[in-house]
Amino acid sequence: MKRDLLLFISFSLLVMVAPQLFSGGYLMNVLVFVGINTMLAIALNLLLGYAGQISLGHAGFFGLGAYLSGILTATYGVNPWIAMPVAAVVVGCLAGLIGFPILKLKGHYLAMATLGLGIIMYIVFNETVELTGGPSGLSGIPNLKIAGVTFDSDVKNYYLIWGVTLAVMLFSLNLANSRVGRALRAVHDSEVAAQVLGVNARLLKVQIFALSAVISSLAGSLYAHTMTFISPASFGFNFSIELLTMVVIGGLGSIYGSFLGAALLTLLPEILRGANDYDIIIYGSLLIVMVMYMPGGLVRGIPILFRKIVRKGEGDHA
Amino acid sequence: MNVKVMSSVLAVVTMLFSATAFAAAPIKIGALFAVTGPAAFLGEPERNSAKMVIDEINKAGGVKGHKLELVTYDTTGDATKAVQLATKLIKDDKVVAIIGPSTTGETMAVIPVAEKEQIPLISCSAGSKITDPVKKWIFKTAQNDSLAVGRIYEYLQKTKQTSVSILTVSDGFGASGREQLKIQAAKYGITVVSDDTYGPKDTDMTAQLTKIRGSHSHAIICWGTNPGPAVIAKNMRQLGIKTPLFMSHGVSSKKFIELAGEAAEGIRLPSGKVVVADILPGSDKQKKSLMAFVKDYQKHYKAEGDHFGGHAWDAVMLIRNAVENGADTAAAIRDQLEKTRGFAGIGGSFNYSPQDHAGLGKDAFVLVEIKNKDWVIVK
Amino acid sequence: MQFDQILQYTLSGLSTGAIYALIGIGFSIIYNATGIINFAQGEFVMLGGLLTLSCLELLNLPLWAAIPCAVAVSTVVGILFERLAIRPLRHPTPINLVIITIGGSILIRGLAMLVWGKDTHAIPPFSGDNPIAIGGATILPQHLWILAITLIIIIINKIYFYHTISGKAMRACSYNRRAAGLVGIDVKRMVLFSFIISSAMGAIAGIIIAPLTMTAYDVGVMIGLKGFCAAIIGGMSSGISTVIGGLILGVLESLGAGLISSGYKDAIAFIILLLILFIRPQGLFGKADSERV
Repeated sequence: MKRDLLLFISFSLLVMVAPQLFSGGYLMNVLVFVGINTMLAIALNLLLGYAGQISLGHAGFFGLGAYLSGILTATYGVNPWIAMPVAAVVVGCLAGLIGFPILKLKGHYLAMATLGLGIIMYIVFNETVELTGGPSGLSGIPNLKIAGVTFDSDVKNYYLIWGVTLAVMLFSLNLANSRVGRALRAVHDSEVAAQVLGVNARLLKVQIFALSAVISSLAGSLYAHTMTFISPASFGFNFSIELLTMVVIGGLGSIYGSFLGAALLTLLPEILRGANDYDIIIYGSLLIVMVMYMPGGLVRGIPILFRKIVRKGEGDHA
Repeated sequence: MNVKVMSSVLAVVTMLFSATAFAAAPIKIGALFAVTGPAAFLGEPERNSAKMVIDEINKAGGVKGHKLELVTYDTTGDATKAVQLATKLIKDDKVVAIIGPSTTGETMAVIPVAEKEQIPLISCSAGSKITDPVKKWIFKTAQNDSLAVGRIYEYLQKTKQTSVSILTVSDGFGASGREQLKIQAAKYGITVVSDDTYGPKDTDMTAQLTKIRGSHSHAIICWGTNPGPAVIAKNMRQLGIKTPLFMSHGVSSKKFIELAGEAAEGIRLPSGKVVVADILPGSDKQKKSLMAFVKDYQKHYKAEGDHFGGHAWDAVMLIRNAVENGADTAAAIRDQLEKTRGFAGIGGSFNYSPQDHAGLGKDAFVLVEIKNKDWVIVK
Repeated sequence: MQFDQILQYTLSGLSTGAIYALIGIGFSIIYNATGIINFAQGEFVMLGGLLTLSCLELLNLPLWAAIPCAVAVSTVVGILFERLAIRPLRHPTPINLVIITIGGSILIRGLAMLVWGKDTHAIPPFSGDNPIAIGGATILPQHLWILAITLIIIIINKIYFYHTISGKAMRACSYNRRAAGLVGIDVKRMVLFSFIISSAMGAIAGIIIAPLTMTAYDVGVMIGLKGFCAAIIGGMSSGISTVIGGLILGVLESLGAGLISSGYKDAIAFIILLLILFIRPQGLFGKADSERV
């Protein structure tokens, strides 16, 4: 318990101090997106890693949060601080409603159903041109303001986004270690066994699905107010797959793993910038290699790898 | 030799070196092109053309002693990446101007960044709302889709074919075209009797065309980029629909004729002049630079120079002219750009002003028809 | 609504549906033998078309030689995929399988992009493109090829699965893998066979549709997903049910695009998918699944 708290505090300190190390510049912009992606990866991880339910459509909830908040503020002049919670509540209710029929499904069927859901949401974003601006996107979304400070620069957005992300991390860590978290893991292992023990598996799954959607919606709203412009292209099937990759590569069921996965996948295009056409191949190969040789994700795989190397070194010296 | 002479010699030498060093300070121009991804047919020729003309300018000694340095990033057609990379160009690479992006969606995303950081942006995409309303730091070299639509409607009005069905692709290019087709209809006395869309990856549009056939319009206007329009042309042939078909400038390339095959015969579309450079009358002001561009591109890249590449070429040349007029900071370049008059580029004759950052007029397009797998100009 | 128009929508829908059916059967075969949903199935459709193009243009083969060549190479890719990505998997949980096949599809697509570029390419139709009139509607000769070849493949499938030893062995695997292994069936070999058959079928589907729709490195994605919808509607059977599922999907899509809205055309397939999964997950013709607790 204490160790966990210490870990979290050191991580938070690192996050807060990082801008000083990188003193503005382009990297700040990338780190803002790492923050948003971490939030999304955690949301998906709660559903996938803890409750064991596959979703290939999470980009849809992300987009829904972005568009609801964006439209309310840009077109109807609502205050962003009202629009964001409203969007979150709407998305939560929607997810709850859809969750009941969808979570009856398991495994591949659930994967495909969520995939279909995500694609339908994308098509709606694209087609409802009067509301969303269609494929040309929605611009003029206002930045967020607190007490006279407008969040319109990378550094300011970094603190805002990461503030929320750290709060989400803390919340999720608590959830994982609570009764709810244990119930989730029970459902993951064996739904019937959990039900026999008195866990209302169906309700729990829907609740987690809704929670996951709400966090994604929040990330979406923050994204909209940071970018001031959104278009359907960012919320399609490809991004849902990217999110899934982040969670799996980072480590299922590990909150810090989500951060690792998000960081890696957001920074990878930057590192691979020169390789252009080859990056899609590297991406696919990475997926395959990670699943085959490090199924626990980086967060578990790296310590194991480290220990193997150390042990080998000791063996040589003996 | 005493110390005094030595130090004066040293001082003079140092001054000479710093003078040359100062004169050789390169002007850094940033470029955001969608070289890979769904808009690669735009970004790749744009990047190639930009590189080609910058290399030539530098080989000829640069502009006013400055070499031009091009920093290109691939946005993959993603608006989010475009914003990130625009920030990178401005903050890390410290460019004084940005060319691109390739698509309207990306441009709209990048505009707030350019405006805030006060760096002039010359976009290579077609959306009219990039420069309408005018924004201080934003220019464009691609012809407005409003001009393309106007060209078609003008012809239709002249030939008294005033009821049209429109079939547009559901991406940024198609959506912008659709908007213009609907807005400008009344001005030319055109009625849009049927309004349908198709997806960029759709492979069969017979359903939409069957519906359109039932509307009995005088003409069908299709707005999209390859391969959709080719499928539509072929579908029309299959369904035996004889209504005159018009396309957008998005398919003014030999590739479209290749894909559509026989179904391409008789299709009319507004095209940038580069595609018909060789059959333009000698009196045309742009003919010389067009022919030079086409020959050059062919030599460098063994491919046909098209008007997408031309947008980037125009953008580089406009910046070059601005630097030629003494500008070397972002603000000065912007001011000089705004003063551009009568620059005969690939896309047309450019005339910028404080109210007009798109710079082109109706002469930017000619109406062409496909005959015998090649282009002819429609009078 | 005019009868002509409905007839046209239906005919167009049938030929698209036949393609969905072929791809759906490919999904079902692998799923039944291995329990894996192969997200890379659509990529074999893409490979079929592009490989035929290369055979025609680079190797200058005539059409009747190019097609078997293309199918053969696609099948080799399928085998490689199974050997390198599926077989060595130590923890075959659904999530891992989903990710690996998605990774595989991305990889294949990336390699295709490097080899053939991003351009769209046209392939000549098998027997010309003069429209054929049926009632007040028209179809192309290529449509007839599509329907004919689909029918032939279904017949071959039926014969294989019900009248040959290896086919029956594969069916045994799909009912109960453990029991099949116990009676001496080499389950690993069956897995390989299922990939071979599916990639071949996918390639053929890609080849017969390429003259109509043209081909490029990314045609596989959407068509793979729709093929999967067809398989779900048909209850993951490798026979006539999936075919009917595909045809229904194609026709509904076509009618929806023409009569309701062209913009939401793609959504139709996925809405149907969701409805089937919610209301009758075993497909229109399947029997309800029972799960071991």
